[in-house]
Amino acid sequence: MELVVDQLSVARAGVPVLRGVAFRLAPGRALLLRGPNGVGKTTLLRVLAGLQPPLAGRVSLDPDNFAYAAHADGIKSTLSVAENLNFWADLHGTRGSTGIEVALAAFHLSDLAERAAGALSAGQKRRLGLARLLVTGRPIWILDEPTVSLDRDAVTWFADVVRAHLANGGSAIIASHIELGLDAEVIELEPFRASWSSATNDTDFDEAFL
Amino acid sequence: MRALLLRDLRLAMRAGGGFGLGLAFFLIVVVLVPFGVGPQTELLARIAPGILWIGALLACLLSLDRILALDWEDGSLDLIATAPVPLEAVVSVKALAHWLTTGLPLVLAAPVLGLLLNLPAPGYGWLTLSLLLGTPALSVIGTFGAALTVGLKRGGLLLSLLVLPLYVPVLIFGAEVARRGAEAMALTTPLAMLAGITCGTIALLPFASAAVLRMNLR
Amino acid sequence: MASIWEYANPRKFMATTDVVLPWIAVTAALTLVGGLIWGFFFTPEDYRQGATVKIIYLHVPAALLAINAWLMMLAASLIWIVRRHHVSALAARAAAPVGAVMTLIALITGAIWGQPMWGTWWEWDPRLTSFLILFLFYLGYMALWSAVENDDTAADLTAILCLVGSVFALLSRYAVNFWNQGLHQGASLSLDAQENVADVFYHPLLVSIAGFVLLFVALVLLRTRTEIRARRMRALLLRERMG
Repeated sequence: MELVVDQLSVARAGVPVLRGVAFRLAPGRALLLRGPNGVGKTTLLRVLAGLQPPLAGRVSLDPDNFAYAAHADGIKSTLSVAENLNFWADLHGTRGSTGIEVALAAFHLSDLAERAAGALSAGQKRRLGLARLLVTGRPIWILDEPTVSLDRDAVTWFADVVRAHLANGGSAIIASHIELGLDAEVIELEPFRASWSSATNDTDFDEAFL
Repeated sequence: MRALLLRDLRLAMRAGGGFGLGLAFFLIVVVLVPFGVGPQTELLARIAPGILWIGALLACLLSLDRILALDWEDGSLDLIATAPVPLEAVVSVKALAHWLTTGLPLVLAAPVLGLLLNLPAPGYGWLTLSLLLGTPALSVIGTFGAALTVGLKRGGLLLSLLVLPLYVPVLIFGAEVARRGAEAMALTTPLAMLAGITCGTIALLPFASAAVLRMNLR
Repeated sequence: MASIWEYANPRKFMATTDVVLPWIAVTAALTLVGGLIWGFFFTPEDYRQGATVKIIYLHVPAALLAINAWLMMLAASLIWIVRRHHVSALAARAAAPVGAVMTLIALITGAIWGQPMWGTWWEWDPRLTSFLILFLFYLGYMALWSAVENDDTAADLTAILCLVGSVFALLSRYAVNFWNQGLHQGASLSLDAQENVADVFYHPLLVSIAGFVLLFVALVLLRTRTEIRARRMRALLLRERMG
């Protein structure tokens, strides 16, 4: 299924940050979001993941198609690595079908499976957080700065995992400043930055505050 | 859903999970009361149902901010919200986990602490029953308060301020059942009201909790 | 034209209240002073309660408004949830402190009245207790408003709190009634008020109530205007920072 995003406007803390964002993403393709800090990459990704409503515009696919990975990995330090992953597999109802072993192996975490997650290094935690994507079984990955605190090897593993996901007909939307060596389309967000003149064009009732 | 319940229970049981804290607090409150009001057994026996109810309520309040704040801090709450489970069910399960780890131990400990306060013999059954009926409502209402304050930096104190007035009806009817039970009086009306309030909150409040949680997540 | 929702536009609201507010304020002052002077100085003393009965001209209107302010907040919250008019949310926010002060006045005058009548400053009488609980609800509501940084989120959260709080306030009212039957006189004000309060007391009481209601409306309008200005100022500051 192709993802079509049309005339999407998003707001952070009530202030419009991006206006009229539009792109298409076919299965098997990846899309890189580029733009300076604060332009609204995270906000856009959260809207796609269904965590916050858009101001305007349309996303053709349901949030249920997206697997979201943000700065925080949602790892419980008193649970073991395997317990952490099993929980997400159970929550997504994918326990058994994909199995967490594949996900652990992909990020070279198999040896650490029984280790308490609190004892992992920052990079290992990040890898565990990314391994969660594999157990969600969802086609479109939404990745917000996925390579933070990964070393060079881990970045390569991560790029391999994304490539395998794309080859299986999945797709990915990635906000990152690091070159991953993926064959991806790039969208520059700066031109979509919401300006105040465009904000006041809305003669919408309650916009009279702005 | 079972996965979420099991995870929350497991987290509570592991080191630093805070299991047993509420129970210890309950014990301390009940032990402190005689120091405050004096050791006369008749007086203690008379106020025992109320003290036990208030102690249980405060012990419950103590652990409310753990229900959602921890998951909020490490980002799990965002990820759970994107999982294929309705948020209404998530908050219900969270409330259930809180009750199992905090409310239920309080219910079981209350008769033992009743001994310390010379609770009259007919009171034990009714006290336990009233707590058993009332504490689930405390957990559900508390989850609503936790959802309201989840994004706030110093939400703990505000949480108490918001939740305590909501606890008033449960406390009144619950303590009334326990008191009348101890004095061997008719108690059908408060018992029915307590059960009604608990059923009502369990059925309806998760919708409000999920709504405010959604607002706080965006 | 001719839609009530037009006044939900902040600009329209500001323009209209700018004209109306002074009139309401003056009328409120005249009615209130008139009602209270009539009540305090030109009514006979009660044969049982003596001069203390005159506190009724403060106590009853304040108590009435304490409840109705909450109902107004409830209505405003519902309008915000359904139609998302910012003025409505801000009006609810503006009414809360006024309602809280009314509740406090009702409680304090109740205590002052209760001292000679019941021989005690405070009695856990169901009505007084209910007002105390209502006061706690006001405090929580206001605290939540000031704790949440994002204005729209704060409006959403407080609106839901207001809805849930209303249900629990009602439950508490019933629970407290059950818990202690109380000393309070029954309805001090109803349509067949002659049975409870004689005409000589009743008419100035009505004027006082009208005065309190007008005062409430004037204060809420004034505070809503302040909230709108504060909100607009925050928006302008934000705009400046973002360039």
